[in-house]
Amino acid sequence: MTEQPRAAGDEREMRPVSVSGNGRGPVLEAKGLTKHFPVRRARLGVGVPAVHAVEDVTLALPPSGITAVVGESGSGKSTLARLLARLIKPTAGSVLLDGKPAVAGRPYARAVQLVLQDPFASLNPVHSVRYHLARPLQVHGLTGGASLDSLVTELLERVSLTPADQFVTKYPHELSGGQRQRVAIARALAVRPRVLLADEPVSMLDVSIRLGVLNLLGDLRARDGLAILYITHDIASARYLADVITVMYAGQVVESGPAAVLTDEPAHPYTQLLLSAAPDPDRAAPPPLAGRGAPPNLIRPPAGCRFHPRCPHAMAVCAQTAPPAFALSAEHSSACWLHAHDLTADQSRPLQGNGRTSGHEPGPGEERRSGTPEPTT
Amino acid sequence: MSTEEVIPSGQLASPGRHGSDPLIEVSGLCADYGFGAGAVHAVLDVDLTLRRGEVLGLAGESGSGKSTLAYAITRLLRPPGIITAGRARFDGSVDLLSATEHELRGLRWNDIAVVLQSSMNALNPVLRIGTQFADLLRAHRPGMSRVAIRERSAELLAMVGIPADRLTSYPHELSGGMRQRVMIATALALDPAVVIMDEPTTALDVVTQREILEELTALRDRLGFAVLFISHDLSLLVEIADSIAVMYAGRLVEQGPAKAIFRSPRHPYSLGLLNSFPSLHGPRRTMEGIPGSPPDLRTPPPGCAFHPRCRYAFDKCQAEPHPPLLPLDAGSRAAACWLQDGTRTRPDELALEVRP
Repeated sequence: MTEQPRAAGDEREMRPVSVSGNGRGPVLEAKGLTKHFPVRRARLGVGVPAVHAVEDVTLALPPSGITAVVGESGSGKSTLARLLARLIKPTAGSVLLDGKPAVAGRPYARAVQLVLQDPFASLNPVHSVRYHLARPLQVHGLTGGASLDSLVTELLERVSLTPADQFVTKYPHELSGGQRQRVAIARALAVRPRVLLADEPVSMLDVSIRLGVLNLLGDLRARDGLAILYITHDIASARYLADVITVMYAGQVVESGPAAVLTDEPAHPYTQLLLSAAPDPDRAAPPPLAGRGAPPNLIRPPAGCRFHPRCPHAMAVCAQTAPPAFALSAEHSSACWLHAHDLTADQSRPLQGNGRTSGHEPGPGEERRSGTPEPTT
Repeated sequence: MSTEEVIPSGQLASPGRHGSDPLIEVSGLCADYGFGAGAVHAVLDVDLTLRRGEVLGLAGESGSGKSTLAYAITRLLRPPGIITAGRARFDGSVDLLSATEHELRGLRWNDIAVVLQSSMNALNPVLRIGTQFADLLRAHRPGMSRVAIRERSAELLAMVGIPADRLTSYPHELSGGMRQRVMIATALALDPAVVIMDEPTTALDVVTQREILEELTALRDRLGFAVLFISHDLSLLVEIADSIAVMYAGRLVEQGPAKAIFRSPRHPYSLGLLNSFPSLHGPRRTMEGIPGSPPDLRTPPPGCAFHPRCRYAFDKCQAEPHPPLLPLDAGSRAAACWLQDGTRTRPDELALEVRP
């Protein structure tokens, strides 16, 4: 929040990894973030139905860390990014920057920047690359003594658009999709933020250039100590890039853990479903899907666990009470009643009708992955 | 572009469990957008064979010409797109490129059906699903009674896992996955021999995508139609296709059985594309993808179109015209790369053994 504009002479060595006073604590935190979008305007004294887009999400972005949020469309992942960017106000919960409540405004924008999915829409077609990169520098008064052009050149070099002087005069339509997304990232970097929120930054790009942009994000984390939130529907790319993966379903976090652990030993039935559905040419044949169907209506989300109507392991308790996040290890947690050890026989009674569409009995080692304890104790 | 230079497509052996009976044979096909000096060559000299009952995956990035090829084969290419050379035969006898509108009307949907990516645009938003089924059946099966049409429509919906009461729904009342299922059901309405699918699941979530692919595979096994499956997602094609053709900048650069292309790619572009999909298993390692961007087809690079991005490129790649598809591994596959012409030592990663 007390970010000082840096003098322009020291661009080469980037910001120290942690400028906040609290050592290795997270740069940006979400605490119990909730967002309900009313579906129509409220009338006096009448409750308004609302889309429960994000429900009680807690998340921490450490410096030099990449956190991936994985989910299907409608899971609330983009709403989460907009909440963290303070573009929309949360219904409940708070956003903490360096441990202090965040206030929307220019100082916040200088610390937290958002990169959007579609670089064909997020750049203004009538402005040159120079304008796109110079504008944030001017608005935030970050030019210092240096010339605007040298700062723009340096930004282009940071995102590997070289030679930079070939790019400064170009217009978005003269650039390829990958180059456009790099310009969008450079624009976000112009204010020297400490947090980058990347909302599906590669899903609009051609397959062969996606890794280049992902590797750029990886470099920015390593070189500049940026805290990055990588939002994606592609769990394989999350495994590739991120340290920590958080899986969202119907507005809630269902599982969170180190990227390799979560993908190798998924603990939540929804994560297991997501992984079994993802394209994976290494396996002989895709396993049968356990949990067909579609995400629920978020205006009237199911009671209890929001995944229970699709869950092949659903128990009586799942339809009544939303599961808390059970810690499986220091960094791995899963919000699923299967991890509870003290359920009564009545609570752990299998729900009628669930899982029947999967048409298959889970074999040994499939239903109970190593992270999933037995449902009953 | 003369057709003498190309390898007869018959040289490629059948990829396996399905009959080798060719259903669609394309040779030397070229398609341009525009005319004269400003023309963009979107499809260049493509040979392709789709066999009965086979799933042929057509992989490539946007702008590689894969959709243009599909539209050219079905004669759905609209101006300024024009077919400038080549042949395309259906079922050995029908010449698709010289067929009259009347002949095409008999072929389309009856024999060759198309599923497009954007189902919301393909379905009429102001007509109920049942009305759209009835339209199609009435047009192609004039004698069908109202009751028979209703029964067939319900049967088609059931085939893709949608309850029959959805016949009275409008497209906007269905989810994206259901709309795409409806599109598949309409494509299968007249028992076609070939279904061409252009990125049919790209806009869908992974779980829905997997469900639809499972249904499609089951229907293919039951009904025996052949599928030309167009997708940019090579890792998906490896899972569902029998054989794969990879396109780059309008040309076919590699063709062969799906597993063989996955385990032992022969063209540097296929190798790069496979290395662009991070794995869900094993240690995490840095991957490079492919440097640079796909070429601008208005100003294609000289020689092999891929050489500016290719780490193995040497003089010949730029000096000579684009390499032809060279038959490899006893004719079971082919790749258009000078590295594979037998006169040079190939890099290890492009010379891997094909395991059975």
